[in-house]
Amino acid sequence: MSVILEVDHVTKRFGGLVAVNNVSFQLYEGEILGLIGPNGAGKTTLFNCINGVYTPEEGRILFKGQDITGLPPYKVVRMGIARTHQVVRPLNELSVLENVVVGACYGRENLSLEEGRRTAEEVLEFVGLADKRNVLAGKLNVAEKKRLEMARALAARPYLLLLDEVLAGLNPTEVARMLHVVRKIREEGVTILMIEHLMHAVMNLSDRIIVLDYGSKIAEGTPKEVANNPKVIEAYLGDPDLALSLVEERT
Amino acid sequence: MMRYVRDPALWLTTLVVLVAGVWPLITRSATTREDMFLILMFVTLASSLNIVLGYTGYVNFGHIVFFGLGGYIGFYLIAEKGWHVIPAALAASLGVVLFAAILGGIILRLRGAYFALATIGVNEAVRSFIVNWDAVGGAVGMEMNFSRYQDYGGPMNALWFAYILLLIVTLASVLLSYFVRTSKFGLGLLAIREDEDAALVLGIPAPKAKTIAFALSAIFPAIVGTLFFFKNGNIEPGDAFRLHMSVEGIVMIMLGGYGTVMGPVVGAATYERLRGFLLTSPLFKNLQLAFAGVLLLLIIIFVPSGVVGWLRNRFPKVRRILA
Amino acid sequence: MDVLLASLVDGLLIGFVYGLAAMGLTLIFGVMDVVNLSHGALIALGMFGVYLLFTGLGLNPYLGLLIVLVLGIILGMILYAIAIHPLLDGPHLSTLLSTFAVSMIIIGVGTMLFTSTPRNIDINLGSMVLGPVRLQGTRVVAALVAILVATGLYIFMYRTHVGKSIRAVANNRDAAELVGIPSVRILAFSFGLGTMLAMVSGGLIATLFPFSILSGGTYELKSFVICVLGGLGNPTGALLGGLILGLIEGLIPVFMPVGWTPVIEFTLFVLIILIRPSGILGAR
Ligand SMILES: Nc1ncnc2c1ncn2[C@@H]1O[C@H](COP(=O)(O)OP(=O)(O)OP(=O)(O)O)[C@@H](O)[C@H]1O
Ligand SMILES: [Mg+2]
Repeated sequence: MSVILEVDHVTKRFGGLVAVNNVSFQLYEGEILGLIGPNGAGKTTLFNCINGVYTPEEGRILFKGQDITGLPPYKVVRMGIARTHQVVRPLNELSVLENVVVGACYGRENLSLEEGRRTAEEVLEFVGLADKRNVLAGKLNVAEKKRLEMARALAARPYLLLLDEVLAGLNPTEVARMLHVVRKIREEGVTILMIEHLMHAVMNLSDRIIVLDYGSKIAEGTPKEVANNPKVIEAYLGDPDLALSLVEERT
Repeated sequence: MMRYVRDPALWLTTLVVLVAGVWPLITRSATTREDMFLILMFVTLASSLNIVLGYTGYVNFGHIVFFGLGGYIGFYLIAEKGWHVIPAALAASLGVVLFAAILGGIILRLRGAYFALATIGVNEAVRSFIVNWDAVGGAVGMEMNFSRYQDYGGPMNALWFAYILLLIVTLASVLLSYFVRTSKFGLGLLAIREDEDAALVLGIPAPKAKTIAFALSAIFPAIVGTLFFFKNGNIEPGDAFRLHMSVEGIVMIMLGGYGTVMGPVVGAATYERLRGFLLTSPLFKNLQLAFAGVLLLLIIIFVPSGVVGWLRNRFPKVRRILA
Repeated sequence: MDVLLASLVDGLLIGFVYGLAAMGLTLIFGVMDVVNLSHGALIALGMFGVYLLFTGLGLNPYLGLLIVLVLGIILGMILYAIAIHPLLDGPHLSTLLSTFAVSMIIIGVGTMLFTSTPRNIDINLGSMVLGPVRLQGTRVVAALVAILVATGLYIFMYRTHVGKSIRAVANNRDAAELVGIPSVRILAFSFGLGTMLAMVSGGLIATLFPFSILSGGTYELKSFVICVLGGLGNPTGALLGGLILGLIEGLIPVFMPVGWTPVIEFTLFVLIILIRPSGILGAR
């Protein structure tokens, strides 16, 4: 298996706060890597460093062997890394279709408007939003907005997809639906790095998991190894619900 | 290409401007021409401003600086250097687009109210600079020798000539607005308007796109400035950089429909006609400004998407013909 | 040297009045993120308020100010209800335009009632000599009144319950609502305060210079410059910004033709927005 993404000793600070502290890991082509950790651990910030929203103070990020540290986000998308936002950011006054066309046209394949429309239709079908194509994005409900986030990212035809809590706030039916979509994406050969609080979902989906706490990586391994790691349990103690669900995953 | 030829919205837009604009040429009435000159001028100013304001979502209070600077460059070349009005207008446009590209590259980093305030500052800085610059006449401005009009077959012909040029420019400016709105580039601008950070993450090179939009919005105001002051025969800083005119442009866009192609056209025409009516009506003559204010307030509160926007939302069927 | 000193002191005195005007603008921005484009028209309204009370009722201009102050708060709250509140959650373009519409209405009606011929309030408080500098009485009093009002505002904001609520809402409206602060009333009152500051400073300016209903525009632009100097949303910064602007205006004519003053002011304005949008005082 070849390495698609390499995060190499990355540190990101906000004033005195070290949000990401000297984090390194590798991501292999075709795998699903879960990224977990308590609230405020620095997961989203790490995503922001990878896709160019922030430039890390230290360290490098290599994508397919190329150094992409500090590239602006729009260049990172072109290279084939797309992402979803934890807090959904639909383009409210544009239709669902137009939202996805933006993703397609400005994504990795740099499509024309007509080609972009075709791709967008396909992707909407794929995530199950096709019947909403002409609705204004601002009018969707939360679950639909999450799927729209997903659709826009997919329309960019990425090699690597960064998913930031796509399951948060969904009811069990919606979760099942979303998980189905994620599996299908993986079947298409897209590599996935996903942040998730919903333990049973990450444990089920991920090939490997890394754990952040206070900005540092405290564990890495298979779901089973991570769930049995005392350091991880300790990190989650501040959050009893999560700790419990983590323990429940132990088998 | 075929996509455009078949688009009824394109034809409707072109037709509206053309029919209205040709009217004075048929009636040969100088008063109609003068009325229409102002309307077309505002259609151009509003349409071009809409690219930045309506598509990209940046509130530019200094749009008129393009008109004023263009007017100064063009007028100077005509009055002092003896240029023909066409090359003078083109040179003015080129100069102003360059100015806009550089300025845009610098101030489009600002967002929201900060950008809006900076554009006011730029307009005022340029105006007060011109007031102090004696080479272009300082506070009194410049006058054109009447004999200049002889090159065009006398003053009467020169005015008709300027009008025809303006009609062409207006058409071009509305078409530019249409093509931007329906292009991939325009879709990127709309995304920036909705959420610039999300747009960046979706792959839109926002800094470049914004600057291009800003520069595009400067092309035609500069030409209109040259034509307007050529027609008037004089130019002064107060007329060229009237902050109030920028705001009127925004009002027209809001009235017609923010972010649509037809909106600024409808808005500019309505606003100008309304003002003409208020100015001549004995009842409202003195109150025209207040009246326009009340109208604006009512629109913002009750029909924020403007006439065209409202039609498009209310009757989805008309979307096909009303871009 | 004496010319320079006199000019500086003069600038400083007027700077207090400018600063007061700018405080109104910056207060409103700080609390509700609204750039009030009717600021200039409100300044002009304050000018005419004092003027009419003076010429019509023979009221001393400084007493007239007191009435203008009360009227300002009331008018501001009415304006808030009409032109701000319905639009507060919309894009910021809406409030820019609605406040501009208010300005059009005020200036339109004002032009009809008062025409645009310049007026002035004819008072003379003599002058005082301080070392080498001769100060005009009206300017000294205007500066003192401005300081008084600013101090009053400061005490109000930091010592009273309502003032503290205003600051809480400015900080975070949602959080303020959660702890039970009625944010709508607070917002309305803040707009009233901002309006009051504009009108009072207008009244003060009317005792210094000739004015017309159109004069507000100039002072509105000055207020923008000052707010940006002091950091948008920061009232203390605005007062300081006013002093700086006053000093600049006092200083420039000593070195170059007066006409260059606005060029320098606005260039400075744009540069500061670009380089230090939080103002020269503000933390980065
Ligand atoms: N732009 C910013 N400026 C300052 N601090 C920030 C910024 N973004 C994040 N932080 C801080 O960095 C830390 C990490 O935040 P981050 O959003 O990355 O956490 P997270 O792991 O995604 O948490 P959650 O599970 O709640 O989403 C937090 O303490 C947060 O407050
Ligand atoms: Mg997060």
